[in-house]
Amino acid sequence: MLEKHAKLMQFFSNSDEIIGRKRLQKMIYILKKCDIPFEERYQFHFYGPYSEELTLRIEEMGNLGFLNEIKEDKKNYSQYRYQLTDAGCEFLDHYHMDLPPMNRHIQLMKEKSSRFLELVSTLLFFEQLPKAEITEKVFTVKGKQNYNEEDIAEAWAFIAQLRQIGA
Amino acid sequence: MAYRDEKLSEEKVFKDPVHRYIHVRDQVIWDLIGAPEFQRLRRIKQLGTSYLTFHGAEHSRFNHSLGVYEIVRRILDNFHDRPNWNPDERLLCLCAALLHDLGHGPFSHSFEKVFKLDHEDFTQAVILGDTKINKILSQVDEGFPQNVADIINKTYHNKLVVSLISSQIDADRMDYLQRDAYFTGVSYGHFDMERILRVMRPMEDQVVVKQSGMHAVEDYIMSRYQMYWQVYFHPVTRSAEVILSKILHRAKELYEEGYTFKLKPTHFVSFFSESPSLQEYLELDESIAMYYFQIWVNEDDAILSDLCERFVNRRLFKYIEFNPNLQMNAWMELYRLFTKAGLNPDYYLVVDSSSDLPYDFYRPGEEGERLPIHLLMPNQELKELSRESEIVESISGKKRTDHKLYFPLDRLEEMSDRSKTKKRIMEILFE
Repeated sequence: MLEKHAKLMQFFSNSDEIIGRKRLQKMIYILKKCDIPFEERYQFHFYGPYSEELTLRIEEMGNLGFLNEIKEDKKNYSQYRYQLTDAGCEFLDHYHMDLPPMNRHIQLMKEKSSRFLELVSTLLFFEQLPKAEITEKVFTVKGKQNYNEEDIAEAWAFIAQLRQIGA
Repeated sequence: MAYRDEKLSEEKVFKDPVHRYIHVRDQVIWDLIGAPEFQRLRRIKQLGTSYLTFHGAEHSRFNHSLGVYEIVRRILDNFHDRPNWNPDERLLCLCAALLHDLGHGPFSHSFEKVFKLDHEDFTQAVILGDTKINKILSQVDEGFPQNVADIINKTYHNKLVVSLISSQIDADRMDYLQRDAYFTGVSYGHFDMERILRVMRPMEDQVVVKQSGMHAVEDYIMSRYQMYWQVYFHPVTRSAEVILSKILHRAKELYEEGYTFKLKPTHFVSFFSESPSLQEYLELDESIAMYYFQIWVNEDDAILSDLCERFVNRRLFKYIEFNPNLQMNAWMELYRLFTKAGLNPDYYLVVDSSSDLPYDFYRPGEEGERLPIHLLMPNQELKELSRESEIVESISGKKRTDHKLYFPLDRLEEMSDRSKTKKRIMEILFE
């Protein structure tokens, strides 16, 4: 029961706190691409890979009392903070999660901006294309973010670093 | 004359119960409709198992695809001389609208979940692979199939074009809400589409709606909300989906264990290994899937036979409302009791959640998650819909979620009234 939710709860349990929905979306996508078996399906949207399934599961976990969501009003938008509740921890205790370790991935991603994670996840979305074409794609679909060649090189290095963990 | 500009000698029309007529003038569109991969969509129902709840819901992805094409055609007629719109993109948009659902398989939802497939990948594969569709598109120009695929994949450089086919107010949703309402016979799902089309305006990155059309958009958002809870997520349809998923799981499990089926499941073999080729994928439509389900009613495996009989004859599971947080201990006890009663709980005790059927509610797009619907104000400023509309604000602020526990009540009732196991199961479920 709720195995997919339990995997996400494991992520929150390892993360302590996640600030921002966009960051959350991109982190789960990047972890999936690092072979952590999350099952949420992603599509490309205006701001990069996005999963409606993930959004719904987060809402369900909130409604069930497993996840605490705090809304903070910023100047032009609202920001959300997420933390696993005691009930969530208790629920998680019923499962013997067999997920590969992801603490280090999470720690490294939390140090980065959500703009950078948007770039990393976009590169990963197109990773089956030749590298030059991926760069071209990023400049095309992410024109407004003004990423430059240096950002892209940094993002590739970050992807390599994440994939080295546990290798 | 270049193929892209070729017109039929006279306009062809399809009678359509939702849009009255679907008009085709372009030779390319006519040729695409005739391609076998597009005709296959006649054999894929738009609403999967919903016909077991709403008997009228037998319409196909073919109907819907034509409908989306027609809506985009009408939008583009209105855009013709407007700023930000490039008429050279017209044929590309029409093709993407027509072909956006090409990769859907039989009972998409359950098949994709069980066999870990994604219809979007197959849409790309049909457009870019060795298919009649690809040959037609390639005749327009070499890069044309890739452009169509990019629009559907939402990675095309012109985001305005993408937003016509896929955004929070797009031709896809506007067609399926009205079409599904018509064929299910429900009274929700209706909104003034003509009004919305008249007030849509092309902007650099997206389609926006003039503020004067806000109330028509409110109606559209309300329709989405009501159709979700009343039709798409109907508990009886969910019961049918649960049984269908379990049939596929059981057949896969038996195949992996080396079980000998009375009829070799030829069409399913590549699905069991989660790697069907494009050809194998396209060959399995709903008629063939249903054929196997009927054959499997007579299989020796009691679980597969029972589940197929239930699906074919609409003998569905019953359900109760369930809270996985408050009832965790009850669930664990039920799991043990079902095993004791000889009912494999992996097949006969199922928690189904609203997130198992993702459907995009309107989301105002906090922190740049998804692009929201924007209103074009009289001073040319853009404002997010829920900041102007109290109705939309109240709906998009609500986060209703839902979990149900499904089980075969008939099998429990067949147990002896003296059985302590039965008594305890009934207590947990109904008291």
